[in-house]
Amino acid sequence: MEWIIAMHGVNKWYGQFHVLKDINLSVRPGEKIVICGPSGSGKSTLIRCINRLEEHQRGQIVVDGVELTNDLKHIEQIRREVGMVFQHFNLFPHMTVLENLALAPVWVRKLPKAEAEERAMHMLKRVRIAEQALKYPGQLSGGQQQRVAIARSLCMNPKVMLFDEPTSALDPEMIKEVLDVMIDLAREGMTMLVVTHEMGFAKSVADRVIFMDEGKIVEENAPHEFFNNPKSDRTKLFLSQILGH
Amino acid sequence: MAAPNPALSRAPATGAWWNDRRVRAIFYQMVFLAILVGAVWLLVGNTVENLRARGLKSGFDFLPSRSGIPISDSVLDWDPDDTFGKAYLVGILNTLRVGVLGIIFATILGTFIGIARLSNNWLISRLASVYVEAVRNIPLLLQLILLYAFVTRTLPDQLDPIVIGGGFFLSKSGLMFPLLKLEAAHYAAGAVLLASFAAMVGYNYWAKRRQDATGVSPPRLLPSLGILFLPALAVFLVMGAPAEFDIATKTRFRFIGGGAVAPEFLTILTGLVIYTAAFIAEIVRSGILAVSYGQTEAASALGLTRGRTLRLVLLPQALRVIIPPTTSQYLNLVKNSSLAVAVGYPDVVAIEMITMNQTSRALEAILLIMAVYLTISLSISLAMNMYNKRIALKER
Amino acid sequence: MAVSDTAAERAALGPPPATTGFLGWMRKNLFSTVWNTLLTILCAYLLILILPPAISWLFLDATWSEATPEQCRAANGACWAMIREKHRVILFGRYPYDEQWRPLLGMGFLITLVLVSCFRRFWRPWIGLVWAGGLVAFFLVMWGGDIPVSYRTAAVIGAVAAAAFGFTRANAGGNARSLFLWLAALFGALALVGNSILRVLDALLKELFQIEAGLGGLSAFGLGIPTGLSFVPTSLWGGLPLTLLLSIVGIIVAFPIAILLALGRRSKMPLIRMFCIGYIELIRGVPLISLLFVASFLLPLFLPRGVEINDLLRAQVAIIGFSAAYLAEVIRGGLQAIPRGQFEAADALGLSYWQKMGKIVLPQAITLVIPPIVNTFIGLFKDTSLVSIVSLADLLLATKDMAIADVNWRAFYAEGYTFAALIYFVFCFFMSQYSQYLERQFETGRRKRR
Repeated sequence: MEWIIAMHGVNKWYGQFHVLKDINLSVRPGEKIVICGPSGSGKSTLIRCINRLEEHQRGQIVVDGVELTNDLKHIEQIRREVGMVFQHFNLFPHMTVLENLALAPVWVRKLPKAEAEERAMHMLKRVRIAEQALKYPGQLSGGQQQRVAIARSLCMNPKVMLFDEPTSALDPEMIKEVLDVMIDLAREGMTMLVVTHEMGFAKSVADRVIFMDEGKIVEENAPHEFFNNPKSDRTKLFLSQILGH
Repeated sequence: MAAPNPALSRAPATGAWWNDRRVRAIFYQMVFLAILVGAVWLLVGNTVENLRARGLKSGFDFLPSRSGIPISDSVLDWDPDDTFGKAYLVGILNTLRVGVLGIIFATILGTFIGIARLSNNWLISRLASVYVEAVRNIPLLLQLILLYAFVTRTLPDQLDPIVIGGGFFLSKSGLMFPLLKLEAAHYAAGAVLLASFAAMVGYNYWAKRRQDATGVSPPRLLPSLGILFLPALAVFLVMGAPAEFDIATKTRFRFIGGGAVAPEFLTILTGLVIYTAAFIAEIVRSGILAVSYGQTEAASALGLTRGRTLRLVLLPQALRVIIPPTTSQYLNLVKNSSLAVAVGYPDVVAIEMITMNQTSRALEAILLIMAVYLTISLSISLAMNMYNKRIALKER
Repeated sequence: MAVSDTAAERAALGPPPATTGFLGWMRKNLFSTVWNTLLTILCAYLLILILPPAISWLFLDATWSEATPEQCRAANGACWAMIREKHRVILFGRYPYDEQWRPLLGMGFLITLVLVSCFRRFWRPWIGLVWAGGLVAFFLVMWGGDIPVSYRTAAVIGAVAAAAFGFTRANAGGNARSLFLWLAALFGALALVGNSILRVLDALLKELFQIEAGLGGLSAFGLGIPTGLSFVPTSLWGGLPLTLLLSIVGIIVAFPIAILLALGRRSKMPLIRMFCIGYIELIRGVPLISLLFVASFLLPLFLPRGVEINDLLRAQVAIIGFSAAYLAEVIRGGLQAIPRGQFEAADALGLSYWQKMGKIVLPQAITLVIPPIVNTFIGLFKDTSLVSIVSLADLLLATKDMAIADVNWRAFYAEGYTFAALIYFVFCFFMSQYSQYLERQFETGRRKRR
């Protein structure tokens, strides 16, 4: 199909506060999109609307051909195909790494336990952390935990992966290991929407960079154009702040 | 990028209506309501039928009729000819009497014991710990029954009481204490005291305004005490300083004069205070410990005196931690006062049991006391919630 | 050179003598300031006043061997002979004298169950089976007589078998497991209300087709498996086993109810939320004694005519309803402590509401609040003493109305109550020590994992 995610006229309010203003966004399968902007601009809210962690009040969101409404079956379908990686990892502390990964495939995709665990080990190898399979999240470093979180989402075989500031809570020396995994994922053709401040990642892997401010998409362009020829003044200001130091 | 056509959606736009989250929510609530209503209907039906089968009447019409209950300990004048309604009122007043006094004494005792637990005097803190552990691990009812047995069996007869001194006598019949004979001078002094209190508040208000405006802080403690007490004292002295006490004096068969509290009231009050104070002590202790030592250090580093540190930095923070659990202990005290029925004190539960026996209106009687306690609990909770909202630390 | 020599000399001297050892400890802890010294002297004086007479009453002058009431009265100390005489009544109530090994054994079962549950490595699903077995053993040994086996028993066995099969054999997330669990629930429901269903069917058949099917009789069909023990009705149960039974069964049955209440209190559906808040606030706002009154006097009115419910069960129902409300608040505290990210991660993975709650949120929430849950149990254990007010023969009533009420021994009420108080104290004190131990474990566990 042409578009794997289509957002059309999406608006969202928190009470009186208008957090998303007329968002129009469409994503092709296999596209990598980086969303950046100052804090409070609505970028996290945007991607959280895609898997219904937030509800939009106006407009349409269509994911993998299924429209996102209050229909529970639609929401379930979409959540099966969309994986999410959080800023604070959100691993389940009372389960081992392996159990974290096998949980959803067993209970949501209804796979037999042996098959789910096999898939889990495969994913752990992919993010290069297979030796930690029987440890608890609390025993791992931040970078390791985030890689496990990525593997956990991958175990569901999603068509789209959403990343909400995946490296913002990491110590600097661990950012690279997580970005490496994300780059591998990108090279393998996964559709990715990444909210991040890591402009290096954007430059090397993104197909499109989107700049959001105050709930609106201010500018979107291919990385080369975006970084070298920013069109809007707001974008120029933001780039100078983020790339300046 | 061209805006995509929403018509490209594969699945129908709205999907089956029974999958809608809101519809499901309404459905579940309807089912729940149906079950609830069904259960209540069954219950009521059974009750009506059972009452009819046993020939029992229902309704609150028994309240204005003559009760015939003897009540020994009452705030109001009581005669067995008085109505059930008045009996309930007496019961409620008795409950409140023991509740209010219990809360005051338990707070004082509990605060002392809590501070004693934190003392660096090993003997004092150990003794306080023994007290708290012993009292908290034995059921209140057992403590009350033991205390009551002690008061009514082991204490001496009224005619040969334990003399505590100053006109206080302790015996099987309770505690006797001297009563002040109130005269005009006392009333006058009391009125002046009220006025002085207002004046003291006013003075403190002025002193704070002065401090805000000029930075100079006028002395507060001594003048406040002076304003509060000196005028009343002066009036009292001027009017002759009458200080005559009505002390219980022994005649051949009994004591006359003085004030007295019944052994039942004494037992329930003492038992409740000792029990609740142990819990309050723990709360006070954890409240004081909860304020991290860094706060005291920061305050000293800023040059605040010990008194000001305590008043402005430590106490507000400690109180935040102490007050919510303490109010629930107050609630527990009021609810525990219902055990008065085991020691013969005529609180509202005891009156209710007698009423149930006399009128067979078990349903109404139980509903009445539950209503009484619910009112008390909900008012205390409400007050607590309002206080909490006011003092809550504003967080992001 | 010279400097380090003097430093070495000074070091060899050691700390000043009056600051270490016993003297040093006394100085620091008892006599450090003038105020402290005064307090210590005051306390020591009070202790000297109180302790020697107390010790001589309790131990030295007391009568430890068997004695008559007159002999005890003659001696000045405590009459522990009374406890020798009456301890069986206090501990076991009116249970037949020769069979009192049975409640003793029953208590052993219950206490073993509790002790086993104290070890963290036993906190696995199969502990439920251990508890079920222990409770069945307890009731068997207390009741004795013949075990009535009817369609109900068959239904219960069917339910347990279906559940066990579902958990062990069937694929974890698969539809087969859900099928078996629904079967188990069906059998369970059949066990509970099968009787009523048969009677309703009877009534329907009579109304519609004028057939007297007599299906109700089917439910009476059954056999009795003899246990070899004589039958002892619940009206004779009493003392410590009763206290343990009321509190343990109380908290176990209240637990699932409390979970539902706590979840319902946080629900977005207003009807359910209001009902849960209403129930919790109502129960917490009234004293336990009023709930015991409701159960004792009003429950017979609420039940359909002809359905009898014995005293013990009434009190048990009141205690269950009471603890459910308090437990619900404790669990709610645990739920509030779970970070929102856990809920979101579960949602993002596509887990349903009950999967999310059952596998992710509740395990973490309940583990967090285990110390407060133990404290609630301690409170409940003490609160069971209130059933004495509705004339149920628990430990307190046995002491008050059976041991001390005996005309001969009436004067020695202090010994009787002290004995009962000691029993309560031992149980409650050790449970609170355990709860503090758990709290320390969780604290270090949390800090280690960071």
